[in-house]
Amino acid sequence: MTTNPSNDPLVLYGQSFQSRLLLGTARYPSPDVLEAAVKRARPAMLTASLRRQTATPNGAGGSDGNGFWELLRRLDVPVLPNTAGCHSVQEVIATAQMARELFGTPWIKLELIGDDYTLQPDTLNLVDAASQLIRDGFQVLPYCTEDLVLCQRLVDVGCQAVMPWAAPIGTGRGPVNPYALQVLRERLSVPLLVDAGLGLPSHACQVMEWGYDGVLLNTAVALAQDPVAMAGAFADAVQAGRSARHAGAMAAQESAQPSTPVLGTPFWHHAASQ
Amino acid sequence: MNILINDTPQTLPSDATLADALALVNATPPYAAAVNRQFVPRSNYATHALQPEDRIEVIRPVTGG
Repeated sequence: MTTNPSNDPLVLYGQSFQSRLLLGTARYPSPDVLEAAVKRARPAMLTASLRRQTATPNGAGGSDGNGFWELLRRLDVPVLPNTAGCHSVQEVIATAQMARELFGTPWIKLELIGDDYTLQPDTLNLVDAASQLIRDGFQVLPYCTEDLVLCQRLVDVGCQAVMPWAAPIGTGRGPVNPYALQVLRERLSVPLLVDAGLGLPSHACQVMEWGYDGVLLNTAVALAQDPVAMAGAFADAVQAGRSARHAGAMAAQESAQPSTPVLGTPFWHHAASQ
Repeated sequence: MNILINDTPQTLPSDATLADALALVNATPPYAAAVNRQFVPRSNYATHALQPEDRIEVIRPVTGG
């Protein structure tokens, strides 16, 4: 059974998306490669970030920032700004508000970093940050760990989707805690998207088979030898996993079960020596 | 008065506004701004009076994951 994306949209905060892949825009070899990868993957959203303007003789924006801005406008894919690099709730709020004005969107990927080495989210303050953003009118997609209670608390304060990591950002290790991710899927009914740590299309397919609603990735595509081909491979894998989830997998068996009928097997009961 | 714009020391008249600070560094759209970690809407640039030692952030869109 193949799932038709047009009949099976990803719905986040009431908005429907035909793709279940969200794609990051960083670390590509060039803007041209990024653009081609986006066109191949056709993602639901593109993530973007904010950094200080650097003063230049021709203006503080510099050509690099304006080039990316123009690329985003040309691609016409919904933008999901992030709060990457924020280490306090106050920084998150200010960054999100600047992003909302700059990109003209209420979407925000909430990142509140608690440990710079692993880039693990600050789980003790993440809920407070999410709560303040939601009260301020944001549509919050929180990057979080796979901790069940944390994810439940994020839902409790109004997050209509949650994005647990598979592994630390940029590692490409794939799901390091499959049990917890599967329990999370069983316990929560809101859309769940795996964000961070995927390295292979099979990783994306795996979490989709577990019932996740989508994936967000960046480095696995951007640092591939052929990022454009890898963008397509991930898009296909996400869709394959979604279709498999709908199809329903067989139950694993302890012992071999012949797939070819045994009845009528030629030479059945002939002595091997004759 | 002395202020910081993106961590760079700058000097402005004592009655300067955020709009004056942005003009000083030739800020070019697209950008957004915050003062002392508080977002300031674009519509308030001309009326937001600065104080000595204010820390101003002027940010632009960049790639991100």
